[in-house]
Amino acid sequence: MHPAPSVIIFTTLSGLGFGLLTFLGLGKPAVTGWVAFVFYALAFGFAVGGLLASTFHLGRPERAWRAFTQWKTSWLSREGICAVAALLIMGLFAFGAVFLDTHWWILGWIGAALSLATVFTTSMIYTQLKTIPRWNMPLTPVMFLTFSLTGGALLAGAEALAPWFLAIAGAVQLAYWAKGDQAFAASGTDIGTATGLGDRGSVRAFEPPHTGSNYLLREFVHEVGRKHVMKLRAIAITLGFALPLICLILPVEGFMAKHLLAGLAVLLHIAGVAASRWLFFAQAEHVVGLYYGKR
Amino acid sequence: MTQLPTHTDRKMGLVIDLDTCVGCHACVISCKGWNTENYGAPLSDQNAYGSDPSGTFLNRVHSYEVQPSPCSSQPDPAAQLVHFPKSCLHCEDAPCVTVCPTGASYKRVEDGIVLVNEDHCIGCGLCAWSCPYGARELDQAAGVMKKCTLCVDRIYNENLPEVDRVPSCVRTCPAGARHFGDLGDPDSDVSKLVAERGGMDLMPELGTKPVNKYLPPRPKDQIDDQIDVLAPLLTPVAEEPKGFLGWLDKALDKLPGHSEGGSN
Ligand code: SF4
Ligand code: SF4
Ligand code: SF4
Repeated sequence: MHPAPSVIIFTTLSGLGFGLLTFLGLGKPAVTGWVAFVFYALAFGFAVGGLLASTFHLGRPERAWRAFTQWKTSWLSREGICAVAALLIMGLFAFGAVFLDTHWWILGWIGAALSLATVFTTSMIYTQLKTIPRWNMPLTPVMFLTFSLTGGALLAGAEALAPWFLAIAGAVQLAYWAKGDQAFAASGTDIGTATGLGDRGSVRAFEPPHTGSNYLLREFVHEVGRKHVMKLRAIAITLGFALPLICLILPVEGFMAKHLLAGLAVLLHIAGVAASRWLFFAQAEHVVGLYYGKR
Repeated sequence: MTQLPTHTDRKMGLVIDLDTCVGCHACVISCKGWNTENYGAPLSDQNAYGSDPSGTFLNRVHSYEVQPSPCSSQPDPAAQLVHFPKSCLHCEDAPCVTVCPTGASYKRVEDGIVLVNEDHCIGCGLCAWSCPYGARELDQAAGVMKKCTLCVDRIYNENLPEVDRVPSCVRTCPAGARHFGDLGDPDSDVSKLVAERGGMDLMPELGTKPVNKYLPPRPKDQIDDQIDVLAPLLTPVAEEPKGFLGWLDKALDKLPGHSEGGSN
């Protein structure tokens, strides 16, 4: 798949934002006043920024409201509804915390659940696609959810939980890559089933239908070199999980040093997750490539 | 809207004969011609006369080479070239319809045709992601999804002579490789054709249940040593020139400048 910056930014940032909102809704930390304002500004900034970025890849963004109507079948529609509901409920909860010094816990819990539901529905948009075996696996939602919770824990300053989440998310990432590398072959779809000619002999794409490029090739056929992939995986796992984990468990003294390291951990983690997301899209092989002899 | 109908009255679709198709691309051009002027937004081209031309098409013709593996009866089988037109298969279990967040994609109850309501489409592209066959293309000028309509504006069009009330590609195909009809009716011509020739689904493992069927190419003819029944009558009468021609041949050979192997 074409690794469009808009979807990479969207999934990375909104994952972080909704992860942080989950923690805030559960009262970890149960902040009020100015401190709460900063936390919520960060969370809403990421979540809303991500959602806005996602509208950039629409052909007709002015009609985006229609995307709320088909929740009965469409994960994209469900995601839109969950996102807006989570933002509204958490907005109310935040209002209480920032301006009234009160926590309406019921709203917080609902908001936290909706925030997680948003991340889950986002992941299901990709997971549901049988055309992309690397995404069509139960590990995909697991990865999105653990990444979101890890980012949330880091941003929320949940010192006790964050190292555990980092370790788990790192392990999920490795498992996702290992399983994903086998997914296309395991799906049983190849140029033989695509053309229906497979039982007559070996099939080779002889001539493409057009000499230039087209929407299908630009959108669905993206090939990344194997060396490149290994380098980026190393970068993603080191920046995203290993280094932040070291930052958190280093035995440092002093308020300032601790906070600086925690801040560094967040930045490294974001960079690592962005690299992982780039790979998530760039490496995803769509079966339509078979028709062009590209898989 | 994006819930699929549990049942459609008819299953209109195409049967494409891979044995007959000669890969002329006439169906591609007639499709583009009809559909750029009729249902919905035109099929735009980008940089049509430049260095990197591309454009929206609803039907495209691939060509594949099939190399059978050697066996005892055919130790050295010849490869076969198969031309392969591909457009929307109007799937019964169409993933492109259920993923659509706006309800713009839908499957009609009356004839099973899968269509896009271009006034509601936001151009998110998700339906194209979900289609295994590359049957949907996002038009770069209009920002909406385009796909084969089975020429819904021809097949019921009483302003057209009856012979023209079939999809443009079917009407155009010079080889008779494209057939149109109701695949839900076992007695229709197309259903009989599919039964007789062993019509097949593309990527059946993905569970889309395509309505369109493909007729497999017939086995390739054997090429024996004797390539034509007329060949014996065409053997040269005299192997070596004799008489006057023989003398001329020798005389010419003796001329200076005669090159062995005849490079010029
Ligand atoms: S061929 Fe593709 S676009 Fe057409 S109905 Fe099937 S899934 Fe949808
Ligand atoms: S591109 Fe249009 S038709 Fe396709 S899923 Fe999006 S809104 Fe629906
Ligand atoms: S017009 Fe007929 S013969 Fe020519 S490419 Fe299309 S299907 Fe094949």
